[in-house]
Amino acid sequence: MREKRHDPHPFHFLPSNILRGSGGAKPPGSDMKLTLWTYEGPPHVGAMRVATAMKGLHYVLHAPQGDTYADLLFTMIERRNHRPPVTYTTFQARDLGGDTANLFKDAARDAYARFQPEAMIVGASCTAELIQDDPGGLTEALGLPIPVIPLELPSYQRKENFGADETFYQIVKALAKPMARTENITCNILGATALGFRHRDDVAEVTKLLGLMGITVNVAAPLDARPSDIARMGQAHFNVLLYPETGETAARHLERACGQPFTKCVPIGVGATRDFLHEVAQITGLSPAVDESGLRLPWWSASVDSTYLTGKRVFIFGDATHVIAAARVAATEIGFTVVGMGCFNREYARPLRAAAKAHGVEPLITDDYLEVEAEIERLQPELILGTQMERHIGKRLGIPCAVISSPVHVQDFPARYSPQMGFEGANVLFDTWIHPLVMGLEEHLLTMFREDFEFHDAAGPSHHGAKAVARVEPEEAGVLHPRTPAEYLDKGEEAQAVAVMAGEAIWAAAAERELKKIPFFVRGKAKRNTEKYAADRGVTEISVETLYEAKAHYAR
Amino acid sequence: MSLDLPPNLGQAGGCRTSPVLKERGQREVFCGLTGIIWLHRKMQDAFFLVVGSRTCAHLLQAAAGVMIFAEPRFGTAILEEKDLAGLADANAELDREVARLLSRRPDIKQLFLVGSCPSEVIKLDLARAAERLSGLHSPHVRVYNYSGSGIETTFTQGEDACLAAMVPSLAGTTARELLVVGALPDVVEDQCLSLLADLGIGPVRMLPARRSGDLPAVGANTVFALVQPFLGDTHAALTRRGARHIAAPFPFGEEGTTLWLRAVAREFGVDDATFDRVTAAPRARARKAVATQSAELQGKTVFFFPDSQLEIPLARFLSNECGMRAVEVGTPYLHDAIHGPDLDLLPNGPTISEGQDVERQLDRQRAARPDLTVCGLGLANPLEAQGSTTKWAIELVFTPVHFYEQAGDLAGLFSRPLRRKALLRAGETA
Repeated sequence: MREKRHDPHPFHFLPSNILRGSGGAKPPGSDMKLTLWTYEGPPHVGAMRVATAMKGLHYVLHAPQGDTYADLLFTMIERRNHRPPVTYTTFQARDLGGDTANLFKDAARDAYARFQPEAMIVGASCTAELIQDDPGGLTEALGLPIPVIPLELPSYQRKENFGADETFYQIVKALAKPMARTENITCNILGATALGFRHRDDVAEVTKLLGLMGITVNVAAPLDARPSDIARMGQAHFNVLLYPETGETAARHLERACGQPFTKCVPIGVGATRDFLHEVAQITGLSPAVDESGLRLPWWSASVDSTYLTGKRVFIFGDATHVIAAARVAATEIGFTVVGMGCFNREYARPLRAAAKAHGVEPLITDDYLEVEAEIERLQPELILGTQMERHIGKRLGIPCAVISSPVHVQDFPARYSPQMGFEGANVLFDTWIHPLVMGLEEHLLTMFREDFEFHDAAGPSHHGAKAVARVEPEEAGVLHPRTPAEYLDKGEEAQAVAVMAGEAIWAAAAERELKKIPFFVRGKAKRNTEKYAADRGVTEISVETLYEAKAHYAR
Repeated sequence: MSLDLPPNLGQAGGCRTSPVLKERGQREVFCGLTGIIWLHRKMQDAFFLVVGSRTCAHLLQAAAGVMIFAEPRFGTAILEEKDLAGLADANAELDREVARLLSRRPDIKQLFLVGSCPSEVIKLDLARAAERLSGLHSPHVRVYNYSGSGIETTFTQGEDACLAAMVPSLAGTTARELLVVGALPDVVEDQCLSLLADLGIGPVRMLPARRSGDLPAVGANTVFALVQPFLGDTHAALTRRGARHIAAPFPFGEEGTTLWLRAVAREFGVDDATFDRVTAAPRARARKAVATQSAELQGKTVFFFPDSQLEIPLARFLSNECGMRAVEVGTPYLHDAIHGPDLDLLPNGPTISEGQDVERQLDRQRAARPDLTVCGLGLANPLEAQGSTTKWAIELVFTPVHFYEQAGDLAGLFSRPLRRKALLRAGETA
């Protein structure tokens, strides 16, 4: 499933732990790169997501002052009511060349004495990786009476998801051993971490779903598990892998070491949930037929109010697992048209490419949000299903967006029960994806009375609460996009491509006025189609005629 | 209106000679890179290029939240394995990235190369890089460098390092001028300038300036006043240029603002009548606003975890103007020349601590059971969950809190958590 490539490293003087890395995929051309915003943090933040998810585990992190910023991701964004169980050694410039190793030993010893964890993970953040203190060896020398699991997370090659996946794997490898199976059919649920997108509720929903089949959950991990729970994972009959990004290596290890098969289907959406139940049925021999009376998505989607959703053009971006699942739901359960999809985690580029092919679109595999922004601007979708990054892009471009994946923000941790998985998850998907759109009947009113003082398009969807803006006279309205990414980015090629595509065609004043009469939620698409239509035909000035010819041409 | 000194000034009750508890251990603070979040907004033609790791980029993103997603004038050149392998490589790549950046952002007149923990550890010479790049891109762009690394700076020290880096290249002057040092929100800066103008003090220059064209000159006749208590290195750099520091408490609250203005006014020979006339009305407004906002604070105890170096002046404000009693005042660094005047005014009693061992400090906080705890975002929710009432400290850096017109808002930042807790408690028992 995962793309693995092994690059020989051209280094001569670097410490071995940097060079060795993990043997995993390395992004091509990985040299210095200017980054404004990132989809993933460094790998030690991934390790923190595992440590913070668990109980009775402590992470001693060799790190300089300032790396404690990561605590607030958990205490603020996720509103956790406890500090992440992480001790930072906090070395300073004056310690370098001195005794940073002793600083680490003291921190590990004190952390054990104070927190009395059942097990400890130890490692280095990016800066500490450079000073080569060997946290694993140093802690071993302390002879603590608990398992100490050293982590080697190559900060200059890998990222957050890798860090979480590798950390969970190391914990499982160290603590979980083959053992007698439980009498009843049980499973473990793998991959849920702290700061995960709806992980808390997904685990609850999938647990409920498995319960309907008569299966009990032995251990769900890392979220809410203790090291002592990890130690009894071997007694489950099989594993449910909910989040491949953070649990797949552990699942593969348990398959090898404990003979536990694991599920490949991620139950996001109605079809995928049913597939998941069948996959579990095949593993266990139990019946996949469960009570579906709580499932409302199919009828909500079939009812005539939803007709207006047909063929709405949707762009999907996030982690590969959520994107692949969302594309299926969008295309087959809500009736949208997937016009583009992509993921930021290169490790899962292969399945993402396969899914994109099935939907007939080009995959976008990048962790550069500017590329994502340029692609969204080019495609002019009517809805974005993305991460918090795409939500911002959508805000800027005036395109509605629903969040389906990490990276997350505080609003992605709702107080209410809000899973993405299982049948209730499907209901949630319908509600949250439709919410950003203008309502069906409202869309008609806007189309009919687009210059009405109340139903004009600058008013925005009526159920979003923002104060309606008084209608601006057509002459003043109109800059569609206040700013293009090319303005401050090195996106020369894309900008050029867009310009060539537009064929430098100029909008006649009358055509521009006409364009503004088109409701905002389709205006971007109409503009793009018209410009493409003009470019294809060598039309240099777009008239009202051109606009309507293009409309007829692209009519579906 | 009387301009008498507040009751505890000059009494033996101040904290300046109190023993300081110096601690060393885990520090729950940001590194100096965080200062970029406000500096890049303050200096409107500057770009901050961090040379660092993915962690640096992630920190800036986490600290900045979503407020400024739109048009950041900062970025991180992320060091990757190849850069670590040979330094010549990293320099060439830095030159390339800077050239690309400057060609697409012609509005940038000042570029700050900001060092980070990894760039310091691999000894990437950003000073030389800045010199080289300045040569390549002058006169259009001036390139500076400073370190915001966590191994050298905490949180607000980043601004200090940034301003200190600018001082050596400021033009020279023999003019007698007042230099006001420290980044202020524009609205507060305008209030400060207007008060000084009304007092007849001038010319007044600001560091940092909003645009590079307005950068001050400095020389032996320059006197400078700090508006932020974390500018130790800048203080030293200006002193090296021959400028003289006007020591004063910081302009927080009515008392602090009056004493700050008074110190500057004395330096410029402003007579008492003028001082009275100019300050009487805003002083009265500030007192009234503080009185309204601080009702909940009277008689309550407060505990400061170290965060921004604003702690000492803020503890002085809460003690003298809001009727609170400080139990512990933690600060990342204590700088006598800068914090001394506020320490003089801070009533004797609290533990003054410098540095941090967060676990031990949490033990002390638990034992003290303060009514209000001022701490960073990493600690606030966990402490709330244990029953403490907290004020997260970063808001104090991101909110206009200086000078008279903000004195009430400043008190309000502290009283709101207590008011909120009371409201929610009343709801529980209703």
